[in-house]
Amino acid sequence: MATDVNGAAEQTGGLVFHPMDQFIIKPLFGDGAVGIFTVTNVTLWMAITVLATVALLVLGSSGRSTIPTRMQSLAELCYGFIRKMVEDVAGRDALPYFPYIMTIFMFVVMANFVGLLPGAFTTTSHIGVTAVLALLVFVSVTVIGFVKHGAGFLSLFWISAAPLPLRPILALIEVISYFVRPVSHSIRLAGNMMAGHAVMKVFAAFAPMIILSTGIGLVVTPLSILAISAIYALEILVAFIQAYVFTILTCVYLKDALHPAH
Amino acid sequence: MEGDIATMGAYIGAGLASVGMGGAAVGVGNVVGNFLSGALRNPSAAAGQTATMFIGIAFAEALGIFSFLVALLLMFAV
Repeated sequence: MATDVNGAAEQTGGLVFHPMDQFIIKPLFGDGAVGIFTVTNVTLWMAITVLATVALLVLGSSGRSTIPTRMQSLAELCYGFIRKMVEDVAGRDALPYFPYIMTIFMFVVMANFVGLLPGAFTTTSHIGVTAVLALLVFVSVTVIGFVKHGAGFLSLFWISAAPLPLRPILALIEVISYFVRPVSHSIRLAGNMMAGHAVMKVFAAFAPMIILSTGIGLVVTPLSILAISAIYALEILVAFIQAYVFTILTCVYLKDALHPAH
Repeated sequence: MEGDIATMGAYIGAGLASVGMGGAAVGVGNVVGNFLSGALRNPSAAAGQTATMFIGIAFAEALGIFSFLVALLLMFAV
């Protein structure tokens, strides 16, 4: 049925669209090919994300009033939330790395929320963006582990609590799961954001059906508008939870690097 | 009808790989359900364990994400 609607819509002016069209990367100026340094819509929305984060944190913390304004209390809430998370999950000796974790959280949560604006581009729905974030975490955590413990960091893979014959097998499993970390870390965020936005656009494509046929459209259009509102509310929750999960896993990996012995 | 039999196989494989995401759903439901039943027995200890619950959800979800990845690879990369 979707293809019928698509075909009919193309003839009547393109009311209905493909749900994955929102993820197409386009150059911002002109129609050339997309290279490494091309300014695209991803660049634009990432810049908006960074500006929004800076505006929230700098403007929020510049007042320093005893009775905080709404913006100040929001900035303080973010700071306290992440600081407590780092302390609880990674331990007190992880606090030197708190600024990096705070940066990751603020960027991811702001990119997710900015991407929810109607017509916006969700930068975190692209594996290319999240893979860079996850690889940075992976590389820096590995470097921290080797700098702090030297070869002792390898005891992360040699589980001394297990019986001796089992240890080589467990070591192999641990090594595999260690190198799979950046994959699952990045695809979890990108997959969740992409799937949620694709579902929203599927319902959005069904919403103008009342224009095409007043018969079935009378049922489908209100239902899909109701569904899109519900999914949007769910997506606001998912946007926060995925940023939270991304950050908390960074803390877990950091804890493994700081305390490799099991 | 158009396309070749290899494309058909890739699409069927992508659909089969998506079944694995149901396993992730079971896993996440199991984690949260057990957390909730424990939390209702001892609500005062629940607040400190929320982070652990989210870590558990993330690890259970990772395996569903791998099947999602296989489906995506079959759809767009193979």
